[in-house]
Amino acid sequence: MSDKDRLNVFPSRMALAIIKTRLKGAQKGHSLLKKKADALTLRFRMILRKIITTKTEVGEVMKTAQFSLAEAKFTCGDISLVILQNVTKAAVKVKSKKENVVGVTLPIFESYQDGGDTYELTGLARGGQQIDKAKKSYGKAITLLVELASLQTSFITLDEVIKITNRRVNAIEHVIIPKIERTLAYISSELDERDREEFYRQVKKGSRKKEKDQSPRGGNKESPNGRKGWPWRGSTKHI
Amino acid sequence: MALAAARGKLIAVIGDEDTCVGFVLGGLGEMNKNRTSNFMVVDKNTSIGEIEETFKNYLKRDDIAIILINQNVAEMIRHVIDSHDLPIPSVLEIPSKDSPYDPSKDSILRRAKGMFAAEDFR
Repeated sequence: MSDKDRLNVFPSRMALAIIKTRLKGAQKGHSLLKKKADALTLRFRMILRKIITTKTEVGEVMKTAQFSLAEAKFTCGDISLVILQNVTKAAVKVKSKKENVVGVTLPIFESYQDGGDTYELTGLARGGQQIDKAKKSYGKAITLLVELASLQTSFITLDEVIKITNRRVNAIEHVIIPKIERTLAYISSELDERDREEFYRQVKKGSRKKEKDQSPRGGNKESPNGRKGWPWRGSTKHI
Repeated sequence: MALAAARGKLIAVIGDEDTCVGFVLGGLGEMNKNRTSNFMVVDKNTSIGEIEETFKNYLKRDDIAIILINQNVAEMIRHVIDSHDLPIPSVLEIPSKDSPYDPSKDSILRRAKGMFAAEDFR
């Protein structure tokens, strides 16, 4: 496993340096992403808390709104047909703004009044006051619901982004960094081996040279310590 | 899209008669050139297929930013609502006159549930 799961590089000093900088980069990226995830989670929890309080508030406001509509219906009969048929242009519209939280754009809705009231004359004969009251309470409900909608949109967007960020953090922590570390270990072991080889070669070269130097005078083919097969053993102290 | 954002978007309503009347009275009803409205009155004769169709049409329209839907109606087309995962238009479940609001059924609050203690939900 450890042999396969590493980067495909040639083991050299330069590659070692490059991989080391990559490791540093990966660690920096990991800590930055972790910070991002923390910031997002902070925001996320704040929004969640707000959603819950607003939801309960909406329940209350809707209750009063429905009561006021019932009052209006009681005083001026069934007005629902009149209202549903006389629809022309929306008086309340939604504007969306963008808010930036650590590189994530969250849409923020804002309701605004656009054009006049279509139902100015509804309930002119009787129950006008009740209808006005119902209108006002539903208007209040709408602003609250718009606020809740923007919170909810932010909630969904943030949820998605947090998931992605956490996936990245985990990928760097559990896949990329171990891979780079394994590559580093591989390169340094290869380099060590090469060093040992080089050392052996140098020693051997030295001993050969000495043998050559000695042969015309002494003619002794054997190494100084008398052993034939390990000529470098005795001659290391001469280098 | 940018044009629609500059123009200001609409709020759509799917719900029983009283909910629709209330919100339209509040001023969010609009009839466009094709004589299609942004609200739908659901009564006991409305089929689930019709509601689903309307809801999907509202999701497709780019001039709608928020869809308000009664919770009992939402319960009928729950699978469609759960499969909608884009941030815009955002779907809001509101209590209706004849059924109290149940936070455990709300798709958003269900997602949020694991993160908060039970007492936060009342």
